[in-house]
Amino acid sequence: MSVLQVSVWRGAGDGAYQSYEVPREESQTVLDVVTHIQRHLDATLSYRFACRVGMCGSCAMTVNGVARWTCRTHVSKVAPGGRLEIAPLANLPMVKDLVADMRPFFDKWAAARGSFVPTATRRDPFAAVKPDSPERRAIDTAIECIGCGVCHASCDVVAWRPDYLGPAALNRAYTLVEDSRDGARRERLAAVAGDAGCHACHTHMSCTERCPKQIAPTASIAGLKREVSRALLKGEL
Amino acid sequence: MNPRREAWLWMVQRASAAVLAFCVLVHLATMIFAVRGGLSAAEILGRTRGNIAWAAFYGTFVIAVALHAPIGFRAMLGEWFGWRGRSMEMAMILFAALLGALGFRAILGVVS
Repeated sequence: MSVLQVSVWRGAGDGAYQSYEVPREESQTVLDVVTHIQRHLDATLSYRFACRVGMCGSCAMTVNGVARWTCRTHVSKVAPGGRLEIAPLANLPMVKDLVADMRPFFDKWAAARGSFVPTATRRDPFAAVKPDSPERRAIDTAIECIGCGVCHASCDVVAWRPDYLGPAALNRAYTLVEDSRDGARRERLAAVAGDAGCHACHTHMSCTERCPKQIAPTASIAGLKREVSRALLKGEL
Repeated sequence: MNPRREAWLWMVQRASAAVLAFCVLVHLATMIFAVRGGLSAAEILGRTRGNIAWAAFYGTFVIAVALHAPIGFRAMLGEWFGWRGRSMEMAMILFAALLGALGFRAILGVVS
């Protein structure tokens, strides 16, 4: 049985990497490796996970320098040499070990007006959103976001200027801008316009490259720029 | 941050970039074409002096540069050095005026 050499970040901002040896298993994921360390080698290791099947978005970490969802990342894919370096997500404050503080991430969703504002009441009939309408198709992939933070941790602009809303919050805002049932289009476009919003994107596309759900936040940000320009010309911004 | 102003600046940046792409191509093509018979001041002035079309073309070019460069520079100053706010905006307006003045001075030099 072969052994993986695993370096894991321990502590908070002033912490350091600690080395562990973990037995290599077939079909082993990076989350399996972290779980093995916590259950068999060091019970004080802190990390976050819930569903283990790529739905909840809570287990994202930096694996060999790249932000990934660890539950769906096979060791064979990212550690061909049998070495793993695991750290918390970048661009977020560290809490302890592999746990990043997600508050700034979700605060940006709120700042980008990421919550749905209904225009109907429960007594109204169901809203009919045609699946093949252009505005619904525009957000087909964008609505699949699980909020894992991989795009936020991979974004150069977020690293350069911490007030930038970031790809996930802007992607969320775009899904609502294209939602015919939503009633806060104007406020949302005003919230995402400008140099801390969609216009700050450098189109590096790291978010699109790294998103585990194959979402293209870059395309959503481009969509926001388009909608902001349209609203501006119509005098609706 | 004023979202309307930011959105306008972004649109002006985009539109001036499109104008610049066209102007640079015409400028480069003209240069390559014009120097085939050797390059001289007399030859350049012979082409440009009193020519309203070239004056209009380079006038458009200068306006696009004077709009495009300060908006881009503004983003860099904010992002790299954290210089934002009124003092930076004023500096960029002066920068735009300087680019425009230098550009039109050069046009005047070859057209009149």
